[in-house]
Amino acid sequence: MDRTQELRDMGELVLGLRGISKHFGAVSALTDIDLDVHAGEVVALVGDNGAGKSTLVKILAGVHQPSSGSITFRGKPVTLADPSAALGLGIATVFQDLALCENLDVVANIFLGRELSPYRLDEVSMELKAWTLLNELSARIPSVREPVASLSGGQRQTVAIARSLLLEPKLILLDEPTAALGVAQTAEVLDLIERVRDRGLGVIMVSHNMEDVRAVADRIVVLRLGRNNGVFEPDASNQELVSAITGAANNSVSRRASRRQAQSGQAPAPEGRP
Amino acid sequence: MTKGAEQNAQAAALLDRSDERVKHAEGVGGSVRAFWDRVRSGDLGSVPVVVGLAIIWTVFQSLNPVFLAPNNLVNLLFDCSTVGVIALGIVCILVVGEIDLSVGSVSGFASALVGVLWVNQGWPVSIAILAALLFGALIGALYAVLFNRFGMPSFVATLAGLLSILGLQLYLLGSTGSINLPYEAPLVNFGQLLVMPDPVSYALAALPGFVMFVLGYRTAARRREAGLSPQPLTSLLLRSVAVTVVLEFIVYYLNLDRGIPWMFGLFVGLVAVMNYALTRTKWGRQMLAVGGNREAARRAGINVRFIYMTAFVLCSGFAAAGGILSAARLASASQQAGTGDVNLNAIAAAVIGGTSLFGGRGSAYSALLGIIVIQSIASGLTLLDLSSSLRYMITGAVLAIAVIVDSLARRSRASHGRA
Repeated sequence: MDRTQELRDMGELVLGLRGISKHFGAVSALTDIDLDVHAGEVVALVGDNGAGKSTLVKILAGVHQPSSGSITFRGKPVTLADPSAALGLGIATVFQDLALCENLDVVANIFLGRELSPYRLDEVSMELKAWTLLNELSARIPSVREPVASLSGGQRQTVAIARSLLLEPKLILLDEPTAALGVAQTAEVLDLIERVRDRGLGVIMVSHNMEDVRAVADRIVVLRLGRNNGVFEPDASNQELVSAITGAANNSVSRRASRRQAQSGQAPAPEGRP
Repeated sequence: MTKGAEQNAQAAALLDRSDERVKHAEGVGGSVRAFWDRVRSGDLGSVPVVVGLAIIWTVFQSLNPVFLAPNNLVNLLFDCSTVGVIALGIVCILVVGEIDLSVGSVSGFASALVGVLWVNQGWPVSIAILAALLFGALIGALYAVLFNRFGMPSFVATLAGLLSILGLQLYLLGSTGSINLPYEAPLVNFGQLLVMPDPVSYALAALPGFVMFVLGYRTAARRREAGLSPQPLTSLLLRSVAVTVVLEFIVYYLNLDRGIPWMFGLFVGLVAVMNYALTRTKWGRQMLAVGGNREAARRAGINVRFIYMTAFVLCSGFAAAGGILSAARLASASQQAGTGDVNLNAIAAAVIGGTSLFGGRGSAYSALLGIIVIQSIASGLTLLDLSSSLRYMITGAVLAIAVIVDSLARRSRASHGRA
């Protein structure tokens, strides 16, 4: 805990959100969201389905524009009018659906929109850089010249993460980075997240998996129904997190837990029943 | 790279060959096997078109021995060039996953515009041509605005365009209905007579193989330097020699008659330029990306609207160019220009050549290969003295078959994990 405290004190404030709201017609997807991310810090964004996590990620990626509120990036107020504005500032995003072009090969996907020498594509340099990035992630990609359609889910995830690192970003957004991955690949992605953090980048990670969140997060920010609902340290108890996510101490998860506890408590004395 | 990693890399020989689970095709036999695997999984490339062409040529040759005579083939190349240029535009629009149904009307209107401005108004021919090309580009820009700003499906916008531009063409030509272009004019000569001198055609036929070898050699050298697996020199040499031999033979055969039309040379030149633009430039990569996954392209920071704009403008621009060439070919600008089967032939050529109707897949060469198939059918049926009713039916059936092949190949690619 001391270490993260120390890091946070040292780390420059990369991203600051104040009062971010987003309406889709009559629906308020986000209301008055505040969020800070420092350099060298992993912030986990958790919440139930429909809590607004993906909407927030899309706002930071420049896909959606907030209805109100302000964004400061590295001390300057910014507007993220489109995805290229966010990329240009140094905010890289790995979307949940990965946003890869299946008809293009791995190299083309990694360099999509950032191709080297626009009038005479430098395929050799791009392929070399692609292999370097993939090897840094200790990725197992059979060939970078096959269309992405031929890769497995985990391999696609790796390609998407490699792409986000291409531009040397200051902040990386990962939307459900481990959802489609196997055990070993999940561990590799978590390793990778730590490596990215140690390079002094800010990381925002959206996840449903409490185990993964605890493993790498320095801070856990809970969203509920589009609002901030508490900030936790990674050693917070499951009970605390679940009640923040679901909004009450009395919820289906805790009811289920207490029911099971009660059942196992009753088990030794079944004859006592009428 | 640390020293240990370097040793590892050396142990695995090459950066891109370090994964032992992947089979790599080695040597000539390996290349053939890899090609066969690709075809079987639905990555057909230009295989259907080559097979189709072989069948069509065999059938027509057995029905009428004049079909494959050099004289008929030279005529075929003249005819190919006009609709071929239009098909090249269709490739551009299909690659981004949209369609332009008005290319026939645009080509007809462009030929009418050249006729009116040049012959009736007495403008210099170059200015008239420029005006027609500009008009074509303008139509494309209008479609792009309708598509980008109002979300109008390109299918509907261009269908509306088909009718309105045909109306414009009829209005422009007025009561006379057709304008004859002067026979002695260079433009008409270009469309009807001008062929390359023999030495020029032989030299040009040697060029592709030579360029292929030089570029391939340089790439292989750079890859070796960078620690990536280079393409084996023998297979590169074999392919270059094969391409050169085939092209030189074709040129020799056609030179038995008049030779290669300059108009066809222009068409092939445009195809080569578009092929470079689509495969070797950032713009081309982004065209394919938008066609493959529009949302992913947008999130990668690609200016999707600009890409659609270029696609529509190029398509209509090429349609106008094709219209001018067909006016030169027929030495007239008439009400019939660009009507009938021009639209469908251009689209069919692109699809038969291997450009997918579903976007994200295609190459400029598909316009060249496809139009040769289409024109072979048209020429063969004309030689058999069949009426246009049968010609329409047969061309329609060929288009249907091409689309079926495209759809089946797409399904097979999906099940083999090849998008």
